[in-house]
Amino acid sequence: MAHLLALFFPPSVLRPAELATDAGILLGGAAIVAWLTWRRRWAWLWREWITTVDHKKIGIMYLLFAIVGLMRGGVDALMIRTQLAMPNNTFLGAEHYNEVFTTHGTTMVFFMAMPFIFALFNIAIPLMIGARDVAFPKLNAISFWLFAFAFLLFNMSFLVGGSPNAGWTAYAPLTELHFNPGVGENYYLIALQITGIGTIATGVNFLVTILRLRAKGMTLMKMPLFAWSALITSSLVIFAFPALTIALALTMLDRLFGSTFFTIAHGGMPMMYVNLFWIWGHPEVYILVVPAFGIFSEVVATFSRKRLFGYTAMVGSLIAISLLSYGVWVHHFFTMGAGAAVNAFFGISTMLIAIPTGVKVFNWILTMWGGRIRMTVAMLWQLAFIPTFVIGGATGVMLAVVPGDYQFHNSYFLIAHFHNVLIGGVVFGLFSGLYYWWPKMFGWMLNERQGKWAFWFFLIGFWVTFFPQYLLGLKGMTRRIYVYPPGLGWSTLNLVSTIGAFAMGAGFIILVYSILYSWRHRQPDLTGDPWDGRTLEWSLPSPAPEYNFAVLPRADARDAWWEMKRSGSCGKVSAVAVGPIEMPRRSAVPFLLGLSFFVAGFGAVFSFWTIALFGMAGVIALLLSGWFDEHDHHEIPAEEIRRSQAALGRFES
Amino acid sequence: MNARAPEASRPNLPLEFQDPRESLGILGFWFFLASDVVLFSCLFAVYAVYHGRVAAGPTPFQVFDLGPVLTETLLLLTSSFTCGLAIFMMRRGSTRGLSVWLLVTLLLGMAFVGMEVHEFAGDILRFGTWHKSAFLSSFFTLVGTHGGHVSFGVLWAAALVVRLWRQGLTPGTARRVYTFSLYWHFLDIIWIFIFTAVYLSGKIT
Repeated sequence: MAHLLALFFPPSVLRPAELATDAGILLGGAAIVAWLTWRRRWAWLWREWITTVDHKKIGIMYLLFAIVGLMRGGVDALMIRTQLAMPNNTFLGAEHYNEVFTTHGTTMVFFMAMPFIFALFNIAIPLMIGARDVAFPKLNAISFWLFAFAFLLFNMSFLVGGSPNAGWTAYAPLTELHFNPGVGENYYLIALQITGIGTIATGVNFLVTILRLRAKGMTLMKMPLFAWSALITSSLVIFAFPALTIALALTMLDRLFGSTFFTIAHGGMPMMYVNLFWIWGHPEVYILVVPAFGIFSEVVATFSRKRLFGYTAMVGSLIAISLLSYGVWVHHFFTMGAGAAVNAFFGISTMLIAIPTGVKVFNWILTMWGGRIRMTVAMLWQLAFIPTFVIGGATGVMLAVVPGDYQFHNSYFLIAHFHNVLIGGVVFGLFSGLYYWWPKMFGWMLNERQGKWAFWFFLIGFWVTFFPQYLLGLKGMTRRIYVYPPGLGWSTLNLVSTIGAFAMGAGFIILVYSILYSWRHRQPDLTGDPWDGRTLEWSLPSPAPEYNFAVLPRADARDAWWEMKRSGSCGKVSAVAVGPIEMPRRSAVPFLLGLSFFVAGFGAVFSFWTIALFGMAGVIALLLSGWFDEHDHHEIPAEEIRRSQAALGRFES
Repeated sequence: MNARAPEASRPNLPLEFQDPRESLGILGFWFFLASDVVLFSCLFAVYAVYHGRVAAGPTPFQVFDLGPVLTETLLLLTSSFTCGLAIFMMRRGSTRGLSVWLLVTLLLGMAFVGMEVHEFAGDILRFGTWHKSAFLSSFFTLVGTHGGHVSFGVLWAAALVVRLWRQGLTPGTARRVYTFSLYWHFLDIIWIFIFTAVYLSGKIT
């Protein structure tokens, strides 16, 4: 018993910050349980959300988790910046600092950006291409619940057992058992493995959805650019994620089962891990940013009231980026010592990526050229993105110059660069998409005025945070140091950077407040087309009914809905065309499968093999039960569809 | 899901392709296999780098015994042939023939897994665990991952036989048999690479 207590609650989880979080989570959890019980919402929660296979609801759940992830990762970021605000600061100790920057990076990549992207894919893609759901709705729910329970498992680490502390890249040999005892890294390895399975399944799902379920007439070259970006992202996912699976699995085998992949003493090589990790890791960068490119391509066309400039070049450059992304991974470790020829190859291939990216930037600018631009919040993020991303890209080219990289490598210059592209590209894109599709998700608009406040706080905060970091890097400050002495010329810049970080935090709080405010003071979207949109999702009411389209649309042109509006159609259907619709039935299997993986993962983290086997037995039993279930569809009768369409005012009179 | 009415029935296609929903599943499975190819590629790459890094442990030449490996190869190749016969029977609409050949495939797969487990156990007894060297770690992981896939396939085939016996040859079952056969042939191809790149090359000094 004492042994178990020591295992679950080592000193690193008994620090005041952790105990306060424990208390907060317990109180918050109790409040949610009490609210659900008081309002009698348990059945509703189970029926409408937990067992749903509807892509629109799954998207909303992804979004909820992504925002929680953004908060967790953001609090970590503020703790990092607080510690670095002054020389010789003692806010965090060395080990605590290691844990915080590890969970910051891991959360932001896997538990913020990825679910945010999948949220927008889920919400928009089937509606955009004129489909009733994704190709495999139940698999989609399974992907979500694997992600959600992995999120839970990963975030449990700092309360029970201890946080991972080897950085979000978890390089060997730092993660080897000998150098890193305790369960923290096990949490990292196993939680990412579980969410990775779900991610590959999502990749397969959206590939098949986009290739096979498009509306009649919508050839690939008539698809909206966001659908193209989802197609490219999904293909990157299925070809890149297995490398991460292997990198994590081999580390796990080393730690839990005594193999010697990365221990030098027995012939293993830590650089093998680094290579495997970045063979996944660099395509991953494009898995994150390509969806943002897709969002911007939709937003810029809609709010410039012009068709996208250079559609074919946009598609071509997306494909070029995705192919090049597999050939650049060594630029993450030019200092490995692979030799001049290898480094030259990877330096040049990295610089080549700037070409298709530049093509895209020019096309966005030329789409705005001569357009009638509306300064909505979604468009503001797009406008901020272009200069921010260009500067981030340019510093990336600087890092690709191999001799230069020997100087910049692992300094704050690198930190500033990748935050410049990941925030300036991905996060700006996701916020833009959030404002753009929000009415489609919920049927009401987000407050624009508050959104602009959030935008300016975040944007200015961003530059105040990261521009000083470029200078700090050039002055020799390396990443992952937790304390520095005065007199190096770093103190002022670090203080400025910290002030910027808190301004970004304020921007986030305004955004969350604005969501709650807009919910309380609802401004409904009755038309379903609040932005005068161009693509098919805007032809539907907001939010779209369960079956999406009462009658599947035809899309004979790009910007199909825009063309329909120009030809006088107004999104209404004729009552006679409505027939019964077959839809997937809700299922508890995805949730229970996630739960079983959670149990198995928890067992594996602590090497409680009985619990792990119990969890895996649950996984197999659930897979079999789903496999023998032939009745996973139900039919919505035509009469019911006519009723709901009539209530929405969607019939031609 | 999106049962698109105009193509709801395509009677001149094989059973598993007739229902558009099942046919989606087949395409999805191909993408899953593509992703599995990358998984195995990474393991092959790791093995290729590590096969000479034997530390104080045994070399590939000492570990590998080609006799049993050849038998394993023949078992697996034969099972791929019987799996083909199962699909042939399915095309002819014979549920009984299909079940019989699936059972034969399953038994051959079990024999393969049994021999591999025996081989591994013998290796460990003679040379010690994979803790000895990076070579042994990568060898057991690559070949073991394939063996794990085959074991999963055996369970899958058993579940298929049960399903056939309970529900007969529906489009849903036909799709599952077809994807199983894709999986099984895929494992055969992976084994050919293992046989050449691991065992045969290991015997060249």
